Amino acid sequence: MKPISSLAFASAIALAASLGAAQAQGDLTVALQLEPPHLDPTSAAAGAIDSVVYSNIFEGLTRFMGDGSIVPGLAESWEISEDGLSYTFRLREGVTFHDGTAMDAEDVKFSLDRARAEDSVNAQKALFEAISEVEVVDPLTVKLTLSEANGLLLFNLAWGDAVIVAPESIADIKTNPVGTGAFKFVDWVQGDRIEIARNPDYWGTPAVLDTATFKFISDPTAAFAAVMAEDVDVFSAFPAPENLPQFEADPRFQVLVGSTEGETILATNNKQPPFDDIRVRQALAHAIDRQSIIDGAMFGLGIPIGTHFAPHHPAYVDLTGKSGYDPDKARALLAEAGLADGFETTLHLPPPSYARRGGEIVAAQLAEVGIKAEIINVEWAQWLESVFRGKNFGLTIVSHTEPMDIGIYARPDYYFQYDNKAFQDVMAELNRTTDEARRTELLQQAQTIIADDYVNGYLFELAFPTVAKVGVQGLWLNAPTQATDLTAVSWAQ
Amino acid sequence: MLRYSLKRLISLVLSLVVASLVIFLVIEVAPGDPASFMLGINAQPDTVAALRSELGLDVPKWQRYLDWAGGMLIGDFGTSYTYRTPVSEMIADRLWVSLPLALFALTISTLVAFPAGIYAASRRGRAGDAAVMGATQLGVAIPNFWFAMMMVLVFAINLRWFSAGGFAGWDKGILAGLHSLTLPAISLALPQAAILARVMRSSLLDILGEDFMRTARAKGLSRGQALWRHGVRNALIPVLTIIGLQFSFLLAGAIIIEQVFYLPGLGRLVFQAISSRDLIVVESVVMLLVFSVITVNFVVDLAYALVDPRLRRRS
Repeated sequence: MKPISSLAFASAIALAASLGAAQAQGDLTVALQLEPPHLDPTSAAAGAIDSVVYSNIFEGLTRFMGDGSIVPGLAESWEISEDGLSYTFRLREGVTFHDGTAMDAEDVKFSLDRARAEDSVNAQKALFEAISEVEVVDPLTVKLTLSEANGLLLFNLAWGDAVIVAPESIADIKTNPVGTGAFKFVDWVQGDRIEIARNPDYWGTPAVLDTATFKFISDPTAAFAAVMAEDVDVFSAFPAPENLPQFEADPRFQVLVGSTEGETILATNNKQPPFDDIRVRQALAHAIDRQSIIDGAMFGLGIPIGTHFAPHHPAYVDLTGKSGYDPDKARALLAEAGLADGFETTLHLPPPSYARRGGEIVAAQLAEVGIKAEIINVEWAQWLESVFRGKNFGLTIVSHTEPMDIGIYARPDYYFQYDNKAFQDVMAELNRTTDEARRTELLQQAQTIIADDYVNGYLFELAFPTVAKVGVQGLWLNAPTQATDLTAVSWAQ
Repeated sequence: MLRYSLKRLISLVLSLVVASLVIFLVIEVAPGDPASFMLGINAQPDTVAALRSELGLDVPKWQRYLDWAGGMLIGDFGTSYTYRTPVSEMIADRLWVSLPLALFALTISTLVAFPAGIYAASRRGRAGDAAVMGATQLGVAIPNFWFAMMMVLVFAINLRWFSAGGFAGWDKGILAGLHSLTLPAISLALPQAAILARVMRSSLLDILGEDFMRTARAKGLSRGQALWRHGVRNALIPVLTIIGLQFSFLLAGAIIIEQVFYLPGLGRLVFQAISSRDLIVVESVVMLLVFSVITVNFVVDLAYALVDPRLRRRS
């Protein structure tokens, strides 16, 4: 039984107790694999935080919709100056935080200044880099001045790391988050569950559910059992793809398979010989059979990619043809590079199953063309230290889940160490450009450059499988950002 | 006796100091910086530095050790890096699940093991003995997480008598709490009961060969009466030692079962803390477990000395 919030519900208690499932109509139990470390989306990278609070509890000036589009959030409209250097946001009227205080321009200034401050611990501080000043014009108007034009500003402000928080409640935000969203935080039993309830004073369309409970089940077998026993109504990002057919065949459940922003790549250390030779990297690309990795490691879930870009994005170019499976060509390229007898390297695999299972298949495929990849399983903390920061690796498999992150290829010190002036210029121009048509053109150029340079092995776009009871409607199909947006979720009558 | 106790006490304190040093060093030496783990791959170096100083990770290691060890003396375990709440509170919360679970499991295993062991001993060499021995062999051999999954399959998914996991919370009533701990407790109890039954049986068989048992029979007690009045009581000494050891094991060793049933217990806390590099939580929980084991041993040592005067005199 969940805490009872409405009178109507209380009167139905006797009936609900005997009917079991009937009590669920105003309530929803959502299972997630990872528990958030705390509930402040503006001071940690953990996607698990956004999975609970994004849009439900906290909102930003702009926001992601389920289809990936950016729409007004707490800002109802904005004006961009001719030179793209100043953005004037008009805030919605009558928005209050869950503690009753008003949300106004001062809160926006506080939130953005806090995120970009010198001692800020915002995990995505780079999102705010272009902002040079935040000015309060009047209580409902905020003006952002940029040091250089940034075509992605409205997109950046939609991230969970850019939500609006209040100075009054910031001290306890990690355990008692106070936002403006359609749900209020109620309780957190650490290690077990987080409860939220409908915010009756919400400024927009109110939530349909009375209450919702997030449960955290990390073990894939336990996840399967929890869904089968109907302990949970929804499992978002279900961790065991091999079980999905069983749910699909069961009339009690529906299975939604959407896509994410996670480009799963065979990241390659471009500065480490022999990977500094483009022929070797191209050989890698042709040695890999993406579909068999998707089938073998992900049980068919995942869309092949030929570059570092999400296939559902309008600017995506299908470049998979540049790196088709062709082991003979791979061997020839290796021979051309003077490595006819192959070579030895390391393959570091972080914990997720896409990496551990995928890694076995990749290693076997590389062995076919003479590359002996020694598999080294690592924990995330180790991966960050030795691979990501130490750059001490040959190959690794990782899914880059940040939306629109092709810009990482313009950072020569990034862990795969790709350094190409032409690409960096394209990205610099992209950052300055606000015109959509030109942006698309530049994005396509960028995708093509990194595909031609075979920077990494581009494997597949991570899928987003959700298992829900039949009757649950309004869930996000795709995951344009990590979120479990429950604001439009309801039970079919 | 006083000298003996003092000696044991000094060895207890020394063990704790050494244990705290080893735990701190081993955990701190393992690669992975908590701050960069929390901030992920897009964090800028200055952000990581800011978080490191906010978490107090920028002070020298020896000073952090002294702060941590000194704090523990007054019951302050520090503040969790990831959850940002006092570690002592987190441990206390989790103990409300782990402690009842361990006690529940221990109760079940004792209730099963005693009759089984006594029965097997009394039917030594016959079919009943063989059956019990066979069953305990199986109980020791079956991994408890597998047994747990099988129980979930039968009792949660098919019969729907229990939920597949999670903890209802004591605020929903003692029965609701116990109900959600039933399957985990049985899974934990199974191998313990098997071991305990075997110990009970062999200990009882040893006693049955003693002279005083023959005397009891000679006085006119029936086989059963002698077994109950003189046998079982004497056989309990080694059995109680095992139960003491099992309790520490149940408290510390429920990690996998807590994962399978997603229970918010101590084991799950350690598991989460290790994967998120919440070093201070890992250190504190491990230290607490070491402390409880060492203290139990200390008490057992003293109890032995009380029971067996030879131990006192030797010192």
